[in-house]
Amino acid sequence: MGRYFRRKLLIYLLTFFAAVSINWMIPRLMPGDPIRALIGRAALRAEAADKVAEYFSRIYGLDQPAWRQYVNFWTSLFKGDLGISIYLSPKPVTQVIRDSIPFDLGLLIPAILCSWIVGNKFGAFAARRKRLDGIVLPIWYVFTATPYMWLAILLAYVFGVLLGIFPIAGAYSFAISPSLSISFILNYLKHWFLPFLSLFIVQLGGWAIGMRNMIIYELEADYSRYMESLGAPRKLIRRYAFRNAMLPQITGLALQLGVIVAGAVGTQVVFSYPGIGYLLLQAVMYKDYFLIQGCFLFIVIGVLIANFVIDVIYVIVDPRVRHGMGGETA
Amino acid sequence: MKKNEFLYFALRNTRMQIGLGIVLFFFAVMIIGPSLTDYDPNEYSGPAFARPSEDHWLGTTFFGQDVFTQIVYGLRATFIVGAVGGGLATLIGLIVGFIAGYKGGILDEILNMLTNIVTVIPTLALLIIIAAYLPYRGVVSQSIIIGCIAWPWTARAVRAQTFSLRSREFVDLARMSGMSSMKIIVQEIAPNMLSYLFMALILQFGGAILAAATLDFIGLGPTEGISLGLMMQNAVLWSAIPLGLWWWALPPGMIIAAIVSALYFMNTGLDEIFNPKLREM
Repeated sequence: MGRYFRRKLLIYLLTFFAAVSINWMIPRLMPGDPIRALIGRAALRAEAADKVAEYFSRIYGLDQPAWRQYVNFWTSLFKGDLGISIYLSPKPVTQVIRDSIPFDLGLLIPAILCSWIVGNKFGAFAARRKRLDGIVLPIWYVFTATPYMWLAILLAYVFGVLLGIFPIAGAYSFAISPSLSISFILNYLKHWFLPFLSLFIVQLGGWAIGMRNMIIYELEADYSRYMESLGAPRKLIRRYAFRNAMLPQITGLALQLGVIVAGAVGTQVVFSYPGIGYLLLQAVMYKDYFLIQGCFLFIVIGVLIANFVIDVIYVIVDPRVRHGMGGETA
Repeated sequence: MKKNEFLYFALRNTRMQIGLGIVLFFFAVMIIGPSLTDYDPNEYSGPAFARPSEDHWLGTTFFGQDVFTQIVYGLRATFIVGAVGGGLATLIGLIVGFIAGYKGGILDEILNMLTNIVTVIPTLALLIIIAAYLPYRGVVSQSIIIGCIAWPWTARAVRAQTFSLRSREFVDLARMSGMSSMKIIVQEIAPNMLSYLFMALILQFGGAILAAATLDFIGLGPTEGISLGLMMQNAVLWSAIPLGLWWWALPPGMIIAAIVSALYFMNTGLDEIFNPKLREM
């Protein structure tokens, strides 16, 4: 078990290190000068622009040698300083992101868990049931092939505009301010439902397909056949198959997290839902580089933490890893 | 003889037929579409937000651009991203997977670690940070970036397969006869997983299309020209949904969903063709 966690932690540390380094390197490698681009929008005269550019270079420490800049980058990162947002100027990037995190988690965690659980159950149920399988499998394939934002657009159009049941923008009405009252919570849930549903449906397909294939594979395995020959009830065999098929699905959840986060970006943009995804769109539109970099780091950190949680769960679920007997360690 | 057998089953497989049919249909639309329309994709060619009519088959946008024309030209970007991005991702995945799986040892450790790191980093976040700093973005450069980031799962799968093939007798025999590693990989190992490689390419093709759509949608698409993701972005930004301009907001994403599901169908179809156990009798 120790080896398993050491290996995982090493990967996460290296990933974090790589992510921060990329974050530092890319603005410096890319053609064009972000500071110039920034000043360009202020439409200053040439001499004035030069002065301002020089000033900003000094402020951001861009006149120092590269290695020094790199060290500075890490130190300010550990102080929680990610710069000042330009789009929401004078707010620090850290605070802007912190404000949007509750909305992100409130949307993503239920959507991921619900779709994973329902998808697994449903996929396991449909496997080896010829008629049902023939009907639902193509539907699931369409679900997983659907771009997240398109499903969001479709749901917003049908339920928000045509039927007018659900609101299609924001996390709550502008008329009320966040509080713990019943009316606010109801309002929040009403805004939350469509983004949740669109994330839920797209992910559902993938989990169901994965589980269906795994169950078919497990039912072909020797232990299933052996139990069958002993006359064990089908239900029992399927239950064992399900437990075995769960393990790759847990690994799959860890692998899919990045994709899901990406999907959430699209969904949030469609519904103007104030999470990191929507923030990212604003940052891109306003060329707010500090904010883009901050969002990138936060997404990476979030995915790493979630990966680690899944690793711990994996150890709890799979006794082979716990006792150092191999199992799936990749 | 063997090839004919595959072709026979391929053309009889329903999923393959449906999937290939849909993909070919949109490919044909991309090819002959431009000759069916009199407009330019970004030209302000008609009245603003007109419903679908004889002049504008799929209506017009908020600015009076022809939606059908935009789709026809946007499809080009979609297929380029799929072919270049998906192809590159498969190629890198292959190279990494073959080397790691066949050579083993320290090289395998390093490549495996690299694969794990790129797997864990959220792909889109990485794409965003790279794309955000590129002042000029074309469809091809977008595809290359996607290809350079999407390879890990192919590498993983190829490595695992190579690993199991490496100790088979025919590979041992080839090694004993003095063939170089490169030659063994290309002549002995690769042909044995050809079906698998083909399927990986199809999945990467679809994955690249979806990734590009998301990038376009948050404003990091091609700086010139048009793509389906860009159309969706414009539709959402200019309130096509609250205004009820369904002919602008819905078709682009629907086409992406159709093409990618068709590719997935082809993939399951191929699975049945190459894997006789799954064939329906």
